[in-house]
Amino acid sequence: MARRAHALRVDRIRCDGYGMCAELLPEMIDLDDWGYPIFRSNAIVPDRLVEHARRAVDVCPVLALRLESVIASAPPALAGHGAGHRRG
Amino acid sequence: MTPRLLAGPEFELGAERLASHLERLGPLPDRAATADLIGTLETSGLLGRGGAGFPVGKKWRSVAERAGGGGAVVLVNGAEGEPLSHKDRALMSLRPHLVLDGAELAAAAVGADEIVLYVGAAHAGAQRALGRAVAERAATSRPRSVRGSATGGASSNARLRPIRQVPIRLVQPPHRYVSGEESAAVHFVNAGDARPVTTPPRPYERGIGARPTVVQNVESLAYAALIARFGDDWFRSVGRHGSRGTALITANAPSEKAVVLEVELGATVGDVAAMVEPAIRQDDVQAVLLGGYFGGWLPAHRAWAFPLDPGALKEQGLSFGAGVIGFLSAQACPVRTTARIATYMAAQSAAQCGPCVYGLRSIADAATRIARLTPLGDDLANLERWAGQVRNRGACRHPDGAVGLLTHALETFGPEFYQHQRGRCSHSAQVAPVTRTGRVA
Repeated sequence: MARRAHALRVDRIRCDGYGMCAELLPEMIDLDDWGYPIFRSNAIVPDRLVEHARRAVDVCPVLALRLESVIASAPPALAGHGAGHRRG
Repeated sequence: MTPRLLAGPEFELGAERLASHLERLGPLPDRAATADLIGTLETSGLLGRGGAGFPVGKKWRSVAERAGGGGAVVLVNGAEGEPLSHKDRALMSLRPHLVLDGAELAAAAVGADEIVLYVGAAHAGAQRALGRAVAERAATSRPRSVRGSATGGASSNARLRPIRQVPIRLVQPPHRYVSGEESAAVHFVNAGDARPVTTPPRPYERGIGARPTVVQNVESLAYAALIARFGDDWFRSVGRHGSRGTALITANAPSEKAVVLEVELGATVGDVAAMVEPAIRQDDVQAVLLGGYFGGWLPAHRAWAFPLDPGALKEQGLSFGAGVIGFLSAQACPVRTTARIATYMAAQSAAQCGPCVYGLRSIADAATRIARLTPLGDDLANLERWAGQVRNRGACRHPDGAVGLLTHALETFGPEFYQHQRGRCSHSAQVAPVTRTGRVA
């Protein structure tokens, strides 16, 4: 069933791997071997962690992290189709 | 099989001239005849030929709906940065008018008032052919040019409304692997930087000059121009094993020679091997790369009877991609080949996203150490872990393609990797299906 939820989004181009998000939200964010964030549980933030997630968003030095309101079960239209680069 | 996309004059004659093109295929259908071209393309089942295989009709409809009759842009994607692919430049060089027909039809169908030819800077022959074709079309008003042709009767009809010609310009992106990715293409036209951008918005929503933009591979456009003339039933009238239509492929022989062929979809890898001259023998091949550097490996004994069908490939976790088939010599060391490809993919990163920059570099270094029989600790375990970490973590799918192929290699050549990690290689030669010179057959 569809319901409103919060999801973490990172602008991969903007992210410089400061890693402060992982310090403030270790329940949801791991760092890879090079210091860039990996989200757990499909990036959907449980209600009890939303305040912590907001804080993590606020401290990102390059404003790469966002909290987005999503409908938890709806797939985004036209996004991520196929395995390849989209070259038409 | 009768060729479709590559039908026409001998290839030695070079780019087909406008007169020959019109005599062979007749003029572009008029506006009335192509009023529901998008519907026809949807029914045909034509999938994009640039790599991702997105349905062409569906893409055009998305842009048409957003444009609402005008203001959209068509970007003709001839970047062809995939090193094992030669089919796009072959098509542009030999049949430029078919590509331009498709671009004009796309412009009419989606409501575009500009066409951008996006042709890789290294593809000089393709640029010359397209440039001359554009000039030929500009110099010849369409109704006059078709007089005397086999199907030119309709041109004398005063009520005929040819599709509107829209301005065409040619841009030359740098010859890099990611230049052809659709957000990179739009970014280059907008800002001179052929690197992907964060999506959404995708080009169909907000592309060139913030306008809805169709980014379409040249082969897809050429096919749309044929479907507009001959219909979706015609498109579906050939194909094997339940697949429909034909496709251009680049077969990379174990000798490193690359050959562009038009094949029926559903033809097997073995069929392709037999079409290459001299024929490629299964005994001389240990594995086959399907879908290029975004694809995966199949051992030769499984590949030979495998159909080149997007659906069947997807079921195997493979993709048709841009129609690249690489035959790996039985004498080649697959670990060395994997290391070489991983190194290439790392170097071709647009250097924007951390997981791609550092992940692909780490993977390439580890793969190279393993291939040289000098692993650092358990590099093989590192490869597996990093492949998992990098996936889905770039703005574009470049890192996904790189680790996807790596994962395939680890599965297909597992024992070889294991042996290398322990300091042993059972192959002496280092021939990889990496081509330097392409040729059209």
